[in-house]
Formats: sequence, structure tokens, C-alpha cells
Amino acid sequence: MAMTYQVDEKGYYGEFGGAFIPEMLYPNVEELRTHYLDIINDSSFQKEFHDLLKDYVGRPTPLFEAKRLSEKYQTQIYLKREDLCHTGAHKVNNTIGQILVAKKLGKNKIVAETGAGQHGVATATVCALMGLECIVYMGAIDIERQAPNVARMRMLGAKVVAAQSGSKTLKDATNEAMRHWINNPVDTHYIIGSVVGPHPYPDMVARFQSVISEEIKAQLTEKLGRNYPDYVLACVGGGSNAAGAFYHFLDEARTQLIAAEAAGQGVGSGHSAATTFLGKSGVLHGSKSLLMQTEDGQVIEPYSISAGLDYPGIGPMHAHLFKTGRAHFYDITDEEALASALELSQLEGIIPALESAHALAVLPKLQAKPHEVVVINLSGRGDKDLATYQQRLNLL
Amino acid sequence: MNRISAVFEAAKGPILNVYATAGFPNFGDTMTVLEALQEGGADIIEIGMPYSDPVADGETIQQSNQVSLDQGMTVAHLFEQLKDMRAKVQVPVLLMGYINPVLQFGVERFCQKCQEVGVDGLILPDLPMAEYESEYQSIFERYGLFNIFLITPQTADERIRRIDSVSQGFIYMVSSASTTGAKTGISSEQELYFERINRMNLKNPRLIGFGISDRESFLKASASASGAIIGSAFVKLLAQSSDLRGDIVTFVRGIKGVK
Repeated sequence: MAMTYQVDEKGYYGEFGGAFIPEMLYPNVEELRTHYLDIINDSSFQKEFHDLLKDYVGRPTPLFEAKRLSEKYQTQIYLKREDLCHTGAHKVNNTIGQILVAKKLGKNKIVAETGAGQHGVATATVCALMGLECIVYMGAIDIERQAPNVARMRMLGAKVVAAQSGSKTLKDATNEAMRHWINNPVDTHYIIGSVVGPHPYPDMVARFQSVISEEIKAQLTEKLGRNYPDYVLACVGGGSNAAGAFYHFLDEARTQLIAAEAAGQGVGSGHSAATTFLGKSGVLHGSKSLLMQTEDGQVIEPYSISAGLDYPGIGPMHAHLFKTGRAHFYDITDEEALASALELSQLEGIIPALESAHALAVLPKLQAKPHEVVVINLSGRGDKDLATYQQRLNLL
Repeated sequence: MNRISAVFEAAKGPILNVYATAGFPNFGDTMTVLEALQEGGADIIEIGMPYSDPVADGETIQQSNQVSLDQGMTVAHLFEQLKDMRAKVQVPVLLMGYINPVLQFGVERFCQKCQEVGVDGLILPDLPMAEYESEYQSIFERYGLFNIFLITPQTADERIRRIDSVSQGFIYMVSSASTTGAKTGISSEQELYFERINRMNLKNPRLIGFGISDRESFLKASASASGAIIGSAFVKLLAQSSDLRGDIVTFVRGIKGVK
């Protein structure tokens, strides 16, 4: 049987995935599982989704030939400009899709988790657009260090609730959002922000983000007369932008899939979020995947300079891509990401998000050949990271 | 016969199941709490295996989990604490927790340890029924362990029947759509739900949990089930107690109405 990288009928990618949820969440997740494909594949849904992506989000996002960067690395580099999406990152592709699903399911309230606040802002945005009530859980520590995004969410009408449990960051915000859903099962839809969570979330989010690789394919064909790149590079926290950038190339053997994980201060430093390097198979937030954990199975708090990559797990699809060798994973430190952010800013006039800078930081290690085509998914813009850049790049 | 079944067969009044987090309030308190619960008259004891991310639990139990973990509690330490349990404790004992620590310990090794120390059953809320049937059931049964499933007010009748057919011992009936300790007291709407399930004539007895905190709610829940489960209210007592044995015995006797 041919190797498949898509989810199977039981909700697994190889040995990873599934729906490890308490019975309290079963009716909601089951409702979603039984309806999501019919809803998404319906032509009126597709039309509404694509109309919003075009006129509201600003898609298709450009595929930009980065000439000075290409010259430096002696290869052909193209940037997929997800940073130009409304709200500043790819996250909104998913929230548009999920809010339309929520409406079809008759839900009038939305709950979401957020780390750096990008997914929270993208969720608050579509809730304002559709007139649905929005509650976003955010770790108490993240609320302090991401004040501008908290203000954006509040201005958009969302209620931001501090997650005070555990380490008070993304993992705990996710726990609190799940608890909120347990306590409000009937009228609420949970918009998960990445390709994590119980089946069908990883598949549903990947499908909504797959517009990224669909466009890359068409844009490469138009520009170069070939419908695949030699490499696709993307950063992976939970992995939604990578899932979207890889999606239509999963079965394209000529394309190498490259994932950049946040090594923080280094994989051996004890301050890292590089799950494929440090994790083992385990269950968190409803699915079996690779997970940073103690020998006793307690989840380890990750560290990265980039709040969007600061997650102890990885989506089950990526765990499978890692395990099968279909994708190659690099560990990128804080310092390497910062250097790459500065480099892109000064060579191409584009300030990337710290998350996306991790994907850029693979370039010096990739050794792509001059005739090869490298697509980097520039998942978000760097405005939200200016405070970190000011401090770490001595810009004050 | 599994001790759980024996308790239900012999019961003359409503059954009281009490949850206590292992190693709480202090690392070495696990056995003290167990013995005091038995002395007070608890019919079944549920020991919580602490976990870093207990999504089905409210604040009280989360915090007790964290306190226990901070003091170094692990699955291995817990089995060590329970190794002579059966010399002192005769009531059925269940372990309640989340699937990940069990997976890391090794499912078979975990079940073997449970059997060795005399654990009668498991409550693992994030182990779904389909996974249980395909991967775990045969191992659990080999070591004589009952797996306790949850149902909620949102569980469809057809699924309740399926759960009933797979269950052994009892069904854990969650009283409302909530995490543990989120609500207290029993509303008339909840009583209607209890009666609706009661009329289904399931083969397994039911214990009602979540929101049971005192004798009044215990009796209300027990009116349409075999008994009830107290968790967060008991953990709160543990957190405040200066005389564990005395306070626990008084608490349990108060719930059971024993002078």
C-alpha cells in the first residue's frame, strides 16, 4: 500500500492522532467529525470561504522572488507572503473557515486559545465580522508580554480571559479553552488555532490552511512553468502554517518538506521547544503525538523567544511526517532566528514575525543548489515582535 | 469477585465514593487519607494520580494535582505508597487520572502494578471508548481491572447503551455539563436527567459525581442512582485540615449520616 500522509478514517496519521477527549466533549467533537467534510465540501460554503479569503483577507498572497536573498544563498528563493494577510499572519485562513463551520452548526458563541495573540486576534476579527460572541483564553504571563494584541482583541469586542493555571502560557490557555467548552457544550464552538487537538481538528485546520500550497502551486506554474518547488520551508510550533504550505506537496516526491522548530537556547539547554528533538509519543490536548514530557508523563513547559512556537507538542500530521522521514526537521535557536529576521529586513525590506524567522534561518544550513527553487512560507509579519527586536537587536 | 461488584451487591444504603488526590496535602499522606476514609465509612475510594494538564478538572483538583507534583509525586512513587495497602484497606480502590502518565509507565506494566497492590478499577476520562475497546480492554481484563466510563447530560441514549454494554462495576454519571467542582448543589433540571437515566434500566449501577458536596446533594443524587461521588469538596477539606484523620472521619460520617 502506498504511504499516505492524510488522516485515516479513525482520525490517525500513522500512529499519531485520534481523539483522546473526556466524555463531556464527545458530543461536540463527534458533531464536528460527522459534519465537517460535508460542510466544507459544499459548494456554497466553498464560495463564501473563497470570497472572504479574496475580499477580506486579501488572497491570493503574493509569491515574491527574493532576489538579494537568492543571491546571498546562491539559489532561487521565493517568499510566500502570508504576512500580508489581514491581521498579519496565516492564522486568519483557519478562523474564517471555522467560523463558517460554526455558523453551519448553529453555534452562536466562540471560544479560542491564544499564545502570542495572533490566533486570538484572528478569531476576534472573524467573530466581529460575523457578529458572534468571542471569548479568548490567554496565559496570564502572555497577557502581560503581548499587551498590544490583548488591546486589539478587546477593541474587536472579544473577552480576553487570563489562564491562571499551570505555567500560565499557551498550553494552559488551551486547557482553559477546553474546560470552557466542557462547561458550555451546547451553544459554543471551539476554534483551535493550529493542527492540534482531537480529530477532526488537525485535518480541518490543515484543509483551511491548504490554500497556501494551492496558491504556491499555481504561482510557480505561472512564474516558472513548473508546479512544484524543490523545497518548502516553514516553521512548526503546532504546525498550521507548515501544514498549509506542505499540503499539496505531500505526495510530490520531488519536493523536500523542511520544518523549522524552535530550539530556544539550544536543544540541550533545557530551554527549548524543539519537540521532534526532545519529545516522545504522548497524549496532550486530545491527540497522540510527539510531546515534550518527563519520564512520568508530565508535560514539560517549553521555551522559545517566539511565543507562537512556544508549545510542548506538535500536530499529529507533523509527527507522522517526522517519523516517516517525509519532512526534515531543523532545530533553530533564538539567536539564529534573530539574525535571519535582521537579514531579511535589510536584504528585502520585509520584517518577518519571529516564528517565520525560524524558517528563514534554515537557509544557511540547506545548501540548495543554484538551479533549485526554494519556497519559504513567511507566515507572519514582525510588528508584534518589535519590542523583542528592539531589545535583542539593540535598536533603541 | 471484584471488590467493586461486591460493594454494590452488599449495599444497604446509598454508596459513597470519595476522591482524594494522591500525595495531598503532603507527599506522605496518601495512606493516612485512605485509612481515614475507610474508617469514616466511605464505600469506594478513588485515588487521583496527579497530572500537569487535567482538562476535565476544575481549579480545586488542578491545584491539588500541582501541589502533589511539586512534591515529587509520580506513578512509580504512588505504587510504592500503595504497596501494602491491602493489609489495611478493604474497600474497593480506583485510580483516577489521565492517559498520558499511564502510557509512559507502560499500559501492561501499569495494570500489573495495579493488580499487585490491589487496585480494582480505573477512571481515565481522556481514554475514549473506541480506543479502550481496540487497544486496552484485553489488558485491563487480564489484570482484573474494571474500566469506569463517564456519561453526561449530553450523552445520547444510544451511546449510553453502548457504554453500558462495555462497562463493568458502575457507570460514572456526570451530573451536569461541567468540569469538577465547577457547580454545587443539584437543580430540578438535573434531577429530571437523573430520573431519565434511571428509567433506562441499564445493566450497570450508576454513581453520580460533579457538584456533590454535602449530605443534602449526596441524598438527592442517590435518590435516582446507587450513590454518589464527592471530589472537590473533599479535596478542599484536605487542603484546610490540621487533623487529617479526625477531619476526614467527621466529614465522611456527616455525608453518610452516621453519628
